[in-house]
Amino acid sequence: MTDLTRHTAAELAAQLADGTTTSVAVTQAHLDRIAAVDGTIHAFLHVNPELSLAAAAASDARRASGKPLSDLDGVPLAIKDVLVTTDMPSTSGSKILEGWMSPYDATVVTRAREAGLVPLGKTNMDEFAMGSSTEHSAYGPTRNPWDTDRIPGGSGGGSAAAVAAFEAPFALGSDTGGSIRQPAHITGTVGMKPTYGSVSRYGAIALASSLDQVGPCSRTVLDAALLHDVIGGYDRHDSTSLKDAWPSFAEAARSGAQPGSLKGLKVGVVSQYAGEAFQTGVMTRFRESLEMLAAAGAEIVDVSLPSVEHAVAAYYLILPAEASSNLAKFDSVRFGMRATIAGGGTVEQVMSATREAGFGPEVKRRIILGTYALSAGYYDAYYGSAQKVRTLIQRDFDQAFASVDVLATPTAPTTAWKLGEKLDDPLAMYAQDIATIPANLAGIPGISIPSGIAPEDGLPVGIQFLAPARHDAKLYSVAAGLEALLHAQWGGPLTSQAPDFDTAVPTQSARSVSPTQSTRGGA
Amino acid sequence: MSDISEDRVRHLAGLARIDLTNDEVTHLTAELSKIVDVVATVSAAATDDIPATSHPIPLTNVYRDDVVTDDVLTTEQALSGAPEHDGSRFKVSAILGEEQ
Repeated sequence: MTDLTRHTAAELAAQLADGTTTSVAVTQAHLDRIAAVDGTIHAFLHVNPELSLAAAAASDARRASGKPLSDLDGVPLAIKDVLVTTDMPSTSGSKILEGWMSPYDATVVTRAREAGLVPLGKTNMDEFAMGSSTEHSAYGPTRNPWDTDRIPGGSGGGSAAAVAAFEAPFALGSDTGGSIRQPAHITGTVGMKPTYGSVSRYGAIALASSLDQVGPCSRTVLDAALLHDVIGGYDRHDSTSLKDAWPSFAEAARSGAQPGSLKGLKVGVVSQYAGEAFQTGVMTRFRESLEMLAAAGAEIVDVSLPSVEHAVAAYYLILPAEASSNLAKFDSVRFGMRATIAGGGTVEQVMSATREAGFGPEVKRRIILGTYALSAGYYDAYYGSAQKVRTLIQRDFDQAFASVDVLATPTAPTTAWKLGEKLDDPLAMYAQDIATIPANLAGIPGISIPSGIAPEDGLPVGIQFLAPARHDAKLYSVAAGLEALLHAQWGGPLTSQAPDFDTAVPTQSARSVSPTQSTRGGA
Repeated sequence: MSDISEDRVRHLAGLARIDLTNDEVTHLTAELSKIVDVVATVSAAATDDIPATSHPIPLTNVYRDDVVTDDVLTTEQALSGAPEHDGSRFKVSAILGEEQ
């Protein structure tokens, strides 16, 4: 296919290197695609074609003079709006930060720029990354390219949908309880949550600091690995950053894709993730993937993680507690919105009116819950107990990884649901993260790759692999091994099978060619 | 059962500096009661002998030299996103109300 948006980042890098195409051509193709489909999908909160094309032209000049910054120089990248950028607004999906321009770049953005990647724009997300459907964005929901009446997952539904709809070859996301992996499962794409501390959180607008981790979203395992190689590694600006020397994840993915790489691999299947909560088609594709792994020489064993039963409860104490503290910075003084009240009011009254007007319902719900969990008399019973559950879950993982190389689970219990379906039932929404949350509580890496399409509804399904902390390379290797088998069966990435969605009927959030005008640009 | 009442939600909203409307208080009281019933189950799982984990990958003594580096924000940058400032400081409305 000659359409440049259908190529992977790795293929685009090769074409840029051998001069078959230019970064300006590749970037323009993606901007055209965004202009054509994003009125329907609404994956982007902000694009700035002039800025992107200028970065692309600079990349072409570097290539012409034989001095590319990296193998990926000139490849376009979408950036989740939780990551701050100096040249585009950063809102984290919230009204309270509408139009806000950061005076500095997030470290991962700096590293992407230093590698010559071309920023395409900022992607939609649940407000402050609180949600599993992107419906909690203050700027309207993103729609799933597989079925535009359905949610794209969350909180990083914008990044996942952008990649699935061929608006970007890859994207940056953030994962606090599954916000990279669950949207990957829902949209038939790849999403990786790295080991806690292995990718800098500097400039990622904090949700829950002990859980947040930045990572890549893409259509193939290799593309995720290539992006991870760019953004990962120690950063002195993040005091939780690990000083480990990391291997090449792209190399791990390439060698994992070779025949025979899965031979002798020990895969633990987590027995807790089965049963009624899990949709039939999700389990069917999960079991098929396990059979493929076994046929390729992997050994499949059952593993029990008894404490994950308490993971969701612990998570919904730890996250709100940390979020209520992190979001205290939105005080109407230093940045963002300030409400005006009659007679001026005191600074506290202005602050309270601003936070009432600037935060959406899910953010308020979690801040109040977190404030409750941290109050005197409740701290030990709630927050303290949740931290003990964290220890129990880490111990379960330690025990499991003593006998297996990786663990496998379905990434999430169901396929994409209809927009609005779970909005009035926060607990039903929270239950979607049952299989992804434990990795964040334990700090270990997890990856979701497509395992097929659920027969009952024709929607994509993902399989998740988990590895011990610091063994991110193992995940790329195993995921690439299974992906190679699946791609051989499908004839290419799962996203190639996505039906063409109807772009003729713009949704209420549809905008003209450049969404730039729809967000208040600049401070 | 949880002890979430409308009065408690109003008190928590005051601590969190969010002016909730009466409707929001009613809604949140109902929702939080259900949510707290679920999350409270953690106390049954956590016994006294289990240590707490606050951080997934523990690091200790993350220090740096106490010197100003060349990548700190300038005053102008720090003020660039403020709703109101006087060129060198953030401006706010009255700190104290009439009754204080």
